[in-house]
Amino acid sequence: MKITPDVIAAHQLTSSEYEKILGLLGREPSITELGIFGVMWSEHCSYKSSRIHLKKLPTESSRVLQGPGENAGIIDVGDGIAIAFKIESHNHPSFIEPFQGAATGVGGILRDIFTMGARPIAVLDSIRFGRLDDPKTGERNRRILEGVVSGIAHYGNCFGVPTVGGECAFEESYDGNPLVNVFALGVFRHDEIFYGKASGVGNSVIYVGAKTGRDGIHGASMASAEFTEESKQKRPNVQVGDPFMEKLLLEACLEAMKTGAIVGIQDMGAAGLTSSTCEMGSRAGTGIEIDLQYVPQRESGMTPYEMMLSESQERMLLVAERGREEEVFAVFRKWGLDAVAIGVVTDDGLLRVKNHGEVFAEIPNRALADEAPKYNRPFTSPLRTAPQHGPDIRSNDFTSDLKKLLASGDLCSKKWIYEQYDYQVRTNTLAGPGGDAAIVRIKGTNTSVAMALDGNGRYCALDPREGTKLIVAECCRNLSTVGALPIATTNNLNFGNPERPEIMAQIVESIEGLAEACKFFEVPVTGGNVSLYNETLGTPIFPTPVVGIVGTLETAIPVGTAFKKGGLAIIALGGLGNPDSHELGATQYAKVICDSLWGKPPALNMDYEKRVQSTIRELVRERSVESAHDVGEGGLAVALVESCFGPGNLGADVNLDSSLPPEMLLFHEGPSRILVSTGDPQKVFDAARKNRVDAVAIGVTLESRVIIRNRNQLLIDSRVDELKDLWTHSLEDLLHNPVLVNTNV
Amino acid sequence: MKVGVVVFPGSNCDHDAWYAISRNLGQRAEFIWHDSRAVGDVDAVILPGGFSYGDYLRCGAIAKFSPVLQAVKTFARDGGLVLGICNGFQVLTEAGLLPGALVRNANLKFVCKAVPLEVVTTDSPFTHEAAKGQTLTLPVAHGEGCYVADEQVLDQLEAEDRVVLRYRVNCNGSMRNIAGILNAGRNVMGMMPHPERAADPLVGNTDGLTILNSLVTAGVPASRS
Repeated sequence: MKITPDVIAAHQLTSSEYEKILGLLGREPSITELGIFGVMWSEHCSYKSSRIHLKKLPTESSRVLQGPGENAGIIDVGDGIAIAFKIESHNHPSFIEPFQGAATGVGGILRDIFTMGARPIAVLDSIRFGRLDDPKTGERNRRILEGVVSGIAHYGNCFGVPTVGGECAFEESYDGNPLVNVFALGVFRHDEIFYGKASGVGNSVIYVGAKTGRDGIHGASMASAEFTEESKQKRPNVQVGDPFMEKLLLEACLEAMKTGAIVGIQDMGAAGLTSSTCEMGSRAGTGIEIDLQYVPQRESGMTPYEMMLSESQERMLLVAERGREEEVFAVFRKWGLDAVAIGVVTDDGLLRVKNHGEVFAEIPNRALADEAPKYNRPFTSPLRTAPQHGPDIRSNDFTSDLKKLLASGDLCSKKWIYEQYDYQVRTNTLAGPGGDAAIVRIKGTNTSVAMALDGNGRYCALDPREGTKLIVAECCRNLSTVGALPIATTNNLNFGNPERPEIMAQIVESIEGLAEACKFFEVPVTGGNVSLYNETLGTPIFPTPVVGIVGTLETAIPVGTAFKKGGLAIIALGGLGNPDSHELGATQYAKVICDSLWGKPPALNMDYEKRVQSTIRELVRERSVESAHDVGEGGLAVALVESCFGPGNLGADVNLDSSLPPEMLLFHEGPSRILVSTGDPQKVFDAARKNRVDAVAIGVTLESRVIIRNRNQLLIDSRVDELKDLWTHSLEDLLHNPVLVNTNV
Repeated sequence: MKVGVVVFPGSNCDHDAWYAISRNLGQRAEFIWHDSRAVGDVDAVILPGGFSYGDYLRCGAIAKFSPVLQAVKTFARDGGLVLGICNGFQVLTEAGLLPGALVRNANLKFVCKAVPLEVVTTDSPFTHEAAKGQTLTLPVAHGEGCYVADEQVLDQLEAEDRVVLRYRVNCNGSMRNIAGILNAGRNVMGMMPHPERAADPLVGNTDGLTILNSLVTAGVPASRS
């Protein structure tokens, strides 16, 4: 096949990138080689637009055993135990085919974890959709949500990993471009860690797992392009997941690793055989020669081009010591899986692809994995469409406002979603979905791991730098609220087209904000994922970085977010906040009650935030509080009623003393605040004083009713069961009996 | 008491059952691989939750042909105690050790939550430590847990006091709220809820210990069949 400009463009390569290929090879590439370059140099695989900025992120601490660059980051959690964790997006496939797109997203991130030798023990997901009640797009958005949730459930439940938490939000900007970011975490001993390195010239390159088919060819390049009307015709690019196969692969890989015969291992994710071979060779500084005739194939007549670009799921590539292959094969036979030697490690640094002895590609591994172009794309100031000033707010029924907030998509209970996930399998889940952070114990130790995912497109649309700092602070606060010390971060950067300078500016500012906050909170970044070109018909999504932060704590029965009995003091640790009026524009109140976005995100004082977090960790560790709940989206009023939604249906009688206007006082989202209930308020005040943070007693817990006054003016008064019912069933109502709103009014 | 936990390639609650028996109850537990032709010297067998052989066909439809199931049948015929949990219950009905079938939940969705159950009978090796009418709150986690059987079979199960557990709130559409049943010999029980997930104070629920303690203290019963 002749390489014409059209063929080059079809591989999403620019003419200057093609020039670079000519220089690296010293000749014209074959079509197979062009295909290999096309995927490896795609945005999805090469991070070519973000790489120079990602270097700004902090990546080291005394606990980091493996930072970015491997399949997953690894953190030491003590006692010879380590955890591997990472987040990855499957945004584009989930739009084209929600069920399989989301399912294979789970499959991909799980392989990233167990390829390192760790057994996955938790999954969390961060998912965002267009509005469910939009008259034009609502039906499609509802279908995407249902498909994504059942896809995640299908894969995780069958595989046997608990889905223990996450977040879900709705925004017009995700119409036609949902975000599906999946986080996974695994556990192992330090001596069980494996890397994706093809070391040892002469060692065997072994293919294991599912057979190769024509599915998913060019998935990586698809994920690096904007959506257009033709995208729907790309459905065959989305792969089909087989969680049972993945479960077999997990068990077989972990067992095979124990033989001692395996030198390196990597999963075949995006760009399948291509990425696994050249990345493993590149990391070890070796070459790899494979002959495709030995690759197990699902269909006949596949060309080398198709086999190298196939993204068939549930496959792994491993390198085993020469002469010990049979030990590996025996394990895979036991689990009924294909395991075939398809090549050898060489000393020439080349990826050499043969088919029945004939050479189809011969490219230096480093050229593919490390020499991808890096762009310092021009950037201006971040795209911003929201005004500085908002509408005049005149509300006098705050109980009604609160009800609207509780019933809104972002704030209502996500029970309809998480009850479809098995969140308990492996019996390690101490705190599952619905709390501030999930807690999973590590059996055989006294250590538990806490995890949370956070993102906020609204904050970042107003100010990507401050918005990103806020989500890092929020995520660390979520962990601290359950008593965990935050120790490391993974991140999923979801943005629009980086070739637009105002979008590139969002990316740069967000990464710089992430770097600053992760440095400050001492949570180094050990890996992550960048998903760009999230635009549909020229409309970009809100800039949506999502962070996943992990922490550790001593294994114990969790304190929980819910009030446990009446007569306890309720204290706002961190105080009531002191926002200016522009900060209301970023909140859920602005979104739900005013149907608007304006102003700026809440102001964050990182130093104060850190002290609040130390205080709550201390209080939870000492069991000086009966409940603790982060004040997040929806502000104080929503956090308070959420604390009432435990099994006891307890209420609260709150009397505030503030000069803030009521809607600000009740619903502003200023950070650094945690609601606690306690039988020993003095302990809370003492700890707060020691850490130089505010602690304001605001009321007491009582039976079945929520009353909030400010300076004796009644603001909110409602039965708890009424609020709880609304909050619990709202998502189901939005899905099945949506009241369509005309957003043009 | 020594309990054997069967491991199909797609079992994923096998380790949980093993952990509950060995760590939470301090009894001996060992795994039995699915191609075993004998269950060994165990006093009871647990068929754990999971997806036996992927279960892309009917749940348990392939498992019933596995070598270990033939061994479990022999063990059960000789009066051995067999507890099928979730996927294990599905396998037992497919294998004909228990009547009826488990089909997709009425709302067609997987459901994972704690549900209150009524202990209908204590005349079984699996519930003799419970009180009749007692409520146990146990987690369920299944997509195909809707119990169905002919009216005649349902009547017979009730007449012979073989319904062990009923949902107090029906979470999957099961006929007559059935969550767990016995065979005629009363030594084989299938249940959709997961007692092994409620056997540790740290996870916030120990109601499952009632079932598991009954099992490990039941000893080896004389066959009634």
